[in-house]
Amino acid sequence: MSAPLLLAQGLTKTYALKRNRVVTAVADVDLALAPGAALGLVGESGCGKSTLARLLLRLTPSSAGRITFGGTDITHLPERTLRPLRRRMQIIHQNPSAALDPRLSAGASVAEPLIIQGLARGAALRDRVAALLAEVGLTSEFLNRFPHELSGGQKQRVCIARALATEPELLVLDEPTSALDVSVQAQILEFLETLRATRGLAWVFISHNLAVVRLLCEEVAVMYLGRIVEQGPANTVLGAPLHPYTRALLASVPRLGQIAAAAPGEPPNPAAPPSGCAFHPRCPLAEPRCRTNAPPLRIAATGHAVACHLVPGTAPAAL
Amino acid sequence: MRVGLAIHLLRRSFGTMLGLALVAMIVALALAGPFIVPYPDDVQGAVNLTNKLQPPSAAHWFGTDEVGNDILTRVIIGARLSLLVGIAIPLAAALIGVPLGILAGTAGGGLREAIMRVTDLFLSVPGLVLAIALVAALGPGIGNAMIALILVWWPGYVRLAESKALAIREEPFIEAARAAGATQLRILWRHVLPNSLSPLIVKMSMDIGQAILAIASLGFLGLGAKPPTPEWGAMISIARGYLPDWWWYAICPGALIYASVLGFNLLGDGLRDMLDPRSNRG
Repeated sequence: MSAPLLLAQGLTKTYALKRNRVVTAVADVDLALAPGAALGLVGESGCGKSTLARLLLRLTPSSAGRITFGGTDITHLPERTLRPLRRRMQIIHQNPSAALDPRLSAGASVAEPLIIQGLARGAALRDRVAALLAEVGLTSEFLNRFPHELSGGQKQRVCIARALATEPELLVLDEPTSALDVSVQAQILEFLETLRATRGLAWVFISHNLAVVRLLCEEVAVMYLGRIVEQGPANTVLGAPLHPYTRALLASVPRLGQIAAAAPGEPPNPAAPPSGCAFHPRCPLAEPRCRTNAPPLRIAATGHAVACHLVPGTAPAAL
Repeated sequence: MRVGLAIHLLRRSFGTMLGLALVAMIVALALAGPFIVPYPDDVQGAVNLTNKLQPPSAAHWFGTDEVGNDILTRVIIGARLSLLVGIAIPLAAALIGVPLGILAGTAGGGLREAIMRVTDLFLSVPGLVLAIALVAALGPGIGNAMIALILVWWPGYVRLAESKALAIREEPFIEAARAAGATQLRILWRHVLPNSLSPLIVKMSMDIGQAILAIASLGFLGLGAKPPTPEWGAMISIARGYLPDWWWYAICPGALIYASVLGFNLLGDGLRDMLDPRSNRG
């Protein structure tokens, strides 16, 4: 692997609750993303996917661990020093209606990052904004439209144009299509894929749609209760899953004429995580040791990493 | 489109139209006052005892007061002072309160606690009572009455601005601005403030009426404007002694206070409907 663009080591985020209780949203996550690589992040709602995304972009301070971006340790970098690096990493939000300032026109929203980063001004700024809107398929008549005058798909296109404005190398997409109509979802996904190919973007794609992740990402990390439980090439992880949780996720994808077999039970409360392996209360294969010992992430025979006592591992996973 | 919708919403509501009409009337009286009053000499209290306490007539529509001044003249000139004070107090209160509130809402932590506890301290005392105490300390007079009212008025704006800022800072578009590298100041100025403006405008509109009422109350208690300054509250304070036989003396300034407070409240209500994002996104 070439020098990674983004490297996370032991990344952890805890939130303090009342009475000295602590919620661990993200626990000890290791990730490496090469320039131009596509990593999919899957898991149930509340498993810490979005928190991890915000940690990676330093939009939320981490509690422990290290984040390196483009060779610079950004874990504790002051905002002022981080600012020029922010140009190179951008985020696309889940709900485009909330991600656009209702008081700014589409043109003004797209111009914001260019102004903040001092990349263009005056006539050059106007040209850049028009070109960016054109790139996402919006004509210049959209320049002066306000978010409430746009459809969901158009709003997400404006968000994409805004994220592209500073020509980032890394894009974090937090369920970019889950708030859109199904027909629009396909358009946007297709568009995003072409975009990545033409611009050579690296991305972290968060989704609970396994089919989409398999299509758009070469690598997949499956998260459960703040931890990565299985990680590897998308085809291996989603084609021949080893972790019982990944299998349950795949089995819960509804198919025509078949009742989906969802993972039994509810996701556990992150404020009171189960002992041992966090998945054991819902795991059909749980053994006594699963209740007491948390399995580490290890490299399985297939070559990808999995955290399960029942999968014979060969070596501790190291990135 | 937006303007058209606003006009439509405005027309649909009788209350808003009435409020707008009353406010327009008060503003017109305040602007045109000195040019339309029938007896300009009566403004600063010319003594004309032969005409004192006359009932409404063709010559004196609202009658005359105890020194023979035309009440209509004094009430019209009073509009100028009341409107000025009514606008100045909420404006000054907002200029103090809104920056503090937005700062408290976005900064969080110890600074927020400090700002909000001081605000609570002020809000826990009835405003007018505190204002009376302040005027008593500063000395009566229209200037000191204004200062006292501004001092008790700003905490309401801190509260409102803080709650708006608290809600807005969690919005994804704020996160998008941070991801682009926007400074805290830029986020406050460009995103938080403009998105907090609608409820603040509504509150200011309603507060104009309340401030007119408050300054009239202080005038009535002898803590605000001093006679012969034609201030509505001070006029009623004297007219009180002539009730009920010379009823028009108290009724006329009273009606003007009533009309202006009602007008600004109705207008504020209408603005609330108009600026509600749910109504202009349709």
